[in-house]
Amino acid sequence: MTAQHSATLSILPEAAPAKALAARDSRPLRLITCGSVDDGKSTLIGRLLWDTKAVKEDQAATLKRDSGKQNDLGLPDFALLLDGLQAEREQGITIDVAYRYFATDRRSFIVADTPGHEQYTRNMATGASTADLAVLLVDARAGILEQTRRHATIAALMGIRQFVLAVNKIDLTHYDRAGFERIVHEFREIALSLGVKQVTAIPMSALKGENVVYEGKAAMPWYDGPTLVEALELATIRSSQAVGFRLPVQRVSRPGESFRGYQGTVAGGSVKPGDSVAILPSGMVANVTQIVTFDLVRNAAVAGDAITLVLDRQVDVARGDMIVSIDSQPQVGLSFDAQIVALQPEGIQPTKRYWLKAGTRRQRVSVQPLTLLDLKSGAWNAAESLPMNAIGKVKLSFDEAAIFDPYEQNRATGAFILIDPDTNNTVAGGMVTGKQATVDGIHRDGNRVILSLPADLADQIMASELFASRRHEAEVKRLTAAEAAQFWDDAASDI
Amino acid sequence: MSDARPEQELKNPQSTKPPLDPHLKALENEAIHIFREVAAEFERPVMLYSIGKDSSVLLHLARKAFYPGRVPFPLLHVNTGWKFKEMIAFRDEIVKKYDLDLIEHINPRGASENITPFTHGSALYTDIMKTEALRHALDAGKFDAAFGGARRDEEASRAKERIYSFRTPDHRWDPRNQRPELWNIYNGMIRQGESVRAFPLSNWTEVDIWRYIQAEDIPLVPLYYAAKRPFVERDGMMILAEDARLELLPGEVKQEGMIRFRTLGCFPLTGAIRSEATTLEDVIAELEIATVSERQGRAIDRDQSGSMEKKKREGYF
Repeated sequence: MTAQHSATLSILPEAAPAKALAARDSRPLRLITCGSVDDGKSTLIGRLLWDTKAVKEDQAATLKRDSGKQNDLGLPDFALLLDGLQAEREQGITIDVAYRYFATDRRSFIVADTPGHEQYTRNMATGASTADLAVLLVDARAGILEQTRRHATIAALMGIRQFVLAVNKIDLTHYDRAGFERIVHEFREIALSLGVKQVTAIPMSALKGENVVYEGKAAMPWYDGPTLVEALELATIRSSQAVGFRLPVQRVSRPGESFRGYQGTVAGGSVKPGDSVAILPSGMVANVTQIVTFDLVRNAAVAGDAITLVLDRQVDVARGDMIVSIDSQPQVGLSFDAQIVALQPEGIQPTKRYWLKAGTRRQRVSVQPLTLLDLKSGAWNAAESLPMNAIGKVKLSFDEAAIFDPYEQNRATGAFILIDPDTNNTVAGGMVTGKQATVDGIHRDGNRVILSLPADLADQIMASELFASRRHEAEVKRLTAAEAAQFWDDAASDI
Repeated sequence: MSDARPEQELKNPQSTKPPLDPHLKALENEAIHIFREVAAEFERPVMLYSIGKDSSVLLHLARKAFYPGRVPFPLLHVNTGWKFKEMIAFRDEIVKKYDLDLIEHINPRGASENITPFTHGSALYTDIMKTEALRHALDAGKFDAAFGGARRDEEASRAKERIYSFRTPDHRWDPRNQRPELWNIYNGMIRQGESVRAFPLSNWTEVDIWRYIQAEDIPLVPLYYAAKRPFVERDGMMILAEDARLELLPGEVKQEGMIRFRTLGCFPLTGAIRSEATTLEDVIAELEIATVSERQGRAIDRDQSGSMEKKKREGYF
């Protein structure tokens, strides 16, 4: 074994750009790489890991032992490093999402590496669900393909708003600038049509290591943009801090008579002691007295923080409830519109009832497919069921109140999974677009009353058991006195 | 910075630590979220505790997750009888100090059939004393969820492991047929007899582990730090030779030198490295220039290609 180590020393990069241990000023950037083997995706990820020194000598030695072959530059076959499972090695295909880790001195990165061909919708959706950014890989000789368009569409649907277009194998076009610019122009139009404005396009050769970690100035003096790693270092990290406070309750902590805290991860906004909060779906109101963590009694918590919240009064709070800011609440209702990705061979059937898990809340749901996305044309066609890998628009109907924000506004409180009660398998991932506009069920044709009350009186009424039991039938909007006056004026003039 | 944190945090008077940097804080938050989710959704969780550095971080996170309450599940140590002596002493001290419930399980076949790493080879020995022992211990406790400290950056087959990793009633892992895992919404629905292995450290790297140990001042078994220790060279590994259980083979000589361990397991199967790193700071400095992965010292990973995947399918952690 030791002999193999010294043998591999010569193929390690001489200068390491990455010093991994410096304190980092941001959380890891999560990205997804989209492309196929033909585009050189394995080579690109291998190159990233190699040039940032995420590959260690013994792993390289195993690689050399297993492959026995090297590419033209004396580097091992990167695909072997990435394809972890024996079944994949034997079949020469990548079959699932794998996660890779590398770091520079500025930031660390988590790459969701998904296969380009088989079942790519399912795997891409999985990888994209947590990604801040998508790297879309194209072969400089082939340009934009239909699959590039599909990958971009899925990434955008899953809420990714930053794209890096990696135009790989540029060396094989003799570093043709005009060709590169044609590809970039075509891609920008696709991205814009999907609502994605942030696009960084980079000409590169993953094989030669140009514009991946190290710059490719010598070969491409005409390109003065960032390398791939520089673009990733500069990318913004998605955050849900600008929206209303959300705490899906994971568990209630009662270590003794004197302490009762609600544990969970802040899924949006921020909170501080003294804030008024509502508990959904009951609608009861309380004030925050303490934010407890292991080392600190904190005076604020923000999106992403795992905390324990203490309230000023005895209220009924259980796992699955959501504690939210009183003046910016999510939607509560029995019926929502959503987009889903079908993940299993049995697809999604309209007659079947599923479990839906969103945040910490799990409840029964009926799913009615409405339309299905044709990834080739971008059109939504009518559909009655969704086969595996289909993306569809659906209507969700619940027996008990559900709590969501639109996914566009808050990924953490707008996302859900569907679980088949027969197999317990995860059969779909979904994103809520909004509450169904019409009031459902038996009250649809009944009369409604709009009241305008002082906030404290409204809070007392909403804290009552009667109100709480029918909270999902009510719509609540908080206004200033002046806004309320304006509202009545406008309403009067409409009548 | 979009994820800037509030500046003014009221410090616990007992705590002298500076706040964690956002990178470690994000990893910590994710791990705490997973701990709470499993504790809330499963009836009988247990935490696999191997006494190593990853287990030490895992335990620290569990204590944080349930503070101010106690850790609401027992720790399970699958002992082989061949662990380093210092590991066992450390374990007992930690259990006492933090008021934890510990279950220790040793496969009785080890004693009754005299199965040792010397006589049976690392593959068979590991199968019986670790994989089989773990299965027995999980069955005996009727545990429906088991926390482990595995990380995706450790080994190729782990890169595809889910955070909630589903196991059949006979503890098998089917890598071809894993449940998709989207966002941070975990599917914990199982049938009677089935179970889930949960990995709160999935997204941590070795460097993150060490930086967190430093930032949080987490106690470790002293074997992680360099000291003058006796060893013998065997199969290209330096094996600790301070234990009467180690019999020297013909031609082997006891040597002495500054050595330490990057991972801890059974002492006859765990190789030391030469090192002068006597403090945590030294260890981290050494890591910065390390070019060999930590599992390199583990004999069991090298028996055959894809050996970790094979063991995992059979129920190894």
